[in-house]
Amino acid sequence: MSSWINENGPLLFLALLDGTVTAFVLALIALGLSLVFGVMRIVNIAHGEFFMLGAVFSWFAFDLTDDPLWGFLLALVLAPALVGGIAVFSDRFILRKIKYHPESTIVATIGLLYVIQSLTLIVFGPEARAVEAPLYFRIQFPWFGYSGYKLIVAGMSALGLLGVWLLMIRSKLGLYMRATQQDLEIAKTYGVPTKKIYAAVFALGGGLAALAGVLVVPIRQADHLMGLEPLLLSFIVVIIGGLGSIRGTIVAAFIIGISDGIISVFYEPTLAKMLATLFVAMVLVLKPSGLYGEEVA
Amino acid sequence: MVKKDLEKVDQASELNLSRRNVLGAGALVAGAGIIGSQMIDPIAGIAHAAGSDAPIKIGFQAHRTGIGALYGRWYERTTNAAVKHINSIGGIAGRPVEIITEDDGTDPKRGADVVEKLATQHKVDFVFGTLFSHVVMGSAPRAGELKIPYFVVSEGYHVASGALNRYVFQPCITDVRAQISAVSGWMFNNLGKNVTIIYPDYAFGYNHRDYASAAAEKHGGKIVAKIAIPPTESSYTRYFVKIPKNTDVIYHVMVGPGVLTFVRELGEHFGPNHPQLFGFIDSLEGVNISSPGLDFLDGSHFWEAMPRYASAADSAGSRFYRNAVGVDNSGASKSDSKDIAAYSHMFGCWETLFAIKEAVEQSGYKSKKDYATLIETMEGFTGFNEGIAHPQGAKAFSGKTHQCYGQQFVSKVGNGKLNVVHKTSIADGMYEPETDYTKQSL
Repeated sequence: MSSWINENGPLLFLALLDGTVTAFVLALIALGLSLVFGVMRIVNIAHGEFFMLGAVFSWFAFDLTDDPLWGFLLALVLAPALVGGIAVFSDRFILRKIKYHPESTIVATIGLLYVIQSLTLIVFGPEARAVEAPLYFRIQFPWFGYSGYKLIVAGMSALGLLGVWLLMIRSKLGLYMRATQQDLEIAKTYGVPTKKIYAAVFALGGGLAALAGVLVVPIRQADHLMGLEPLLLSFIVVIIGGLGSIRGTIVAAFIIGISDGIISVFYEPTLAKMLATLFVAMVLVLKPSGLYGEEVA
Repeated sequence: MVKKDLEKVDQASELNLSRRNVLGAGALVAGAGIIGSQMIDPIAGIAHAAGSDAPIKIGFQAHRTGIGALYGRWYERTTNAAVKHINSIGGIAGRPVEIITEDDGTDPKRGADVVEKLATQHKVDFVFGTLFSHVVMGSAPRAGELKIPYFVVSEGYHVASGALNRYVFQPCITDVRAQISAVSGWMFNNLGKNVTIIYPDYAFGYNHRDYASAAAEKHGGKIVAKIAIPPTESSYTRYFVKIPKNTDVIYHVMVGPGVLTFVRELGEHFGPNHPQLFGFIDSLEGVNISSPGLDFLDGSHFWEAMPRYASAADSAGSRFYRNAVGVDNSGASKSDSKDIAAYSHMFGCWETLFAIKEAVEQSGYKSKKDYATLIETMEGFTGFNEGIAHPQGAKAFSGKTHQCYGQQFVSKVGNGKLNVVHKTSIADGMYEPETDYTKQSL
């Protein structure tokens, strides 16, 4: 046993470290998708594109300021706001027009995905562009080194999650959102401005994805196709956690993130993706509502 | 009954709609035809005024989008610069050259469609320019079926291996097998014997894996681990833990949108106490060597096909070429110092167009019916001389394998740039041909 730890301990440590970073970022992206589903009862296929837009805006901010720290701070404020604006616009002129009909919104958001992707391709170009990290340092562990900025990403994602949690339980907006999620008709009767709540939730969902994009872009690069992978992973997380459940989303993000880290390090990264997908299939068969979801009638 | 009536109405309105659409589309096509002919006329006018024939049309299969977009951008600039120069010196056999570009999205399926579109719709004389090996593998069979000469600038061993067909040539960029054969002896003798190889998980990467393993046997080295990474990967740390402790040298070659992340995470993982690093410049093509987080590369080595940084040793042809493609002495675009060139690959486009020029002029090629003569003429070539047409250096060419062999460089990172420390001879990379395309029928 002790020889196993001597040999594989550092690997396990790296797997947990890398998995935790993945889990925090994934939780932030998936939470946006989960909120939108929970309150609005729609599936937003364009969610990954909001993440991509966050990364792309971040590059523009970096290019404009030509300073990693100021560019990052500018993007941190502006990217979620701009993406939130795009989300409000999409809600007002697309989703509301089709009355949030479940099947139609899937098709409409697929369309939105292609529109955003193609416009980005035209404006931003097809290349992957690097954005410098606001703080660049390396942490040396006894066995290997690790990017200090990645830990900052995990920390800031955690703050983002905490912020949403407080918003949901402490603010009036959160109260309205929970009321709308529980029963739309009764919420309306009690004077909750549900149209505005829908727009706010869609903006919040998009803004969270954009925030994740801003945080992640210095450790990868911005390109117009980067939205696909987080979309798929978010779906996996949201299905496992239970659609619409914040707690479920965060728990599932950790299950997927940590298992992805461990399986990738000890076996193959591709196997991690395969097992995650298999896990989703099993959840759908054995507990269709997910770990923390409401029971499906 | 009512339902049937409704269906009739539906059908009728559909019919009306489609008629209207057809009429509209017809008008558009006619309009485009008028505009098109007006646009083409002046070009034809110039050609006639010069006393020559219609332009030679070369279809350019470009990676404008997808994982090869960075290379695509520079391949396109180089191609345009070469065509500009060729046209300024009288074109090909007195005919002006016209390039027709189609994006293949760095996608093998679209690649085959692009070859078909260029051949059948644009009616080009030749197709040229493909880089990514999986796209070449996907497109070349279609070129063979359409019987159109297909000149690739791809590096993969697929041409010389005999996997493709007689219509496919790689006349101006050395294949991976020859590159590895040429430089790996230097690596095993100067850097260390126990090598871990990290390569992209597709055809091009497998060439590296297989021929580096073969070279290890020849030079008394040992490949201690082989780590394949999908080219679409965005996070690499988890692959680096698989590098065994007894590794003397990490041999790395990576492509795709994540190359900068790849190299940076390699640095984060090892810090200053890393094994020797021997990279193929693909891992840093288009990336500024003085980007933050890359200082650990100081003292490490890279293979280069054509040195990114200008030096006093550059030939006159090499200097002319660097200026013509708009690249400054540090390998960046003259108009944007952040835009780093794919300098070890793009010369292949320039040189291939000159090889096509030579083949057309020597064979007396006039139109598609002369393909057989053109192919046989090129198969008779034995090499190219260094000069403006071949700025990377002289090359040997094998008519049997349809592949060329050129000199290679090993450069060391120092003072934030790449400095050439070793230059191979053409013979260092050559191997016994494994195929003979001339035996295939045309």
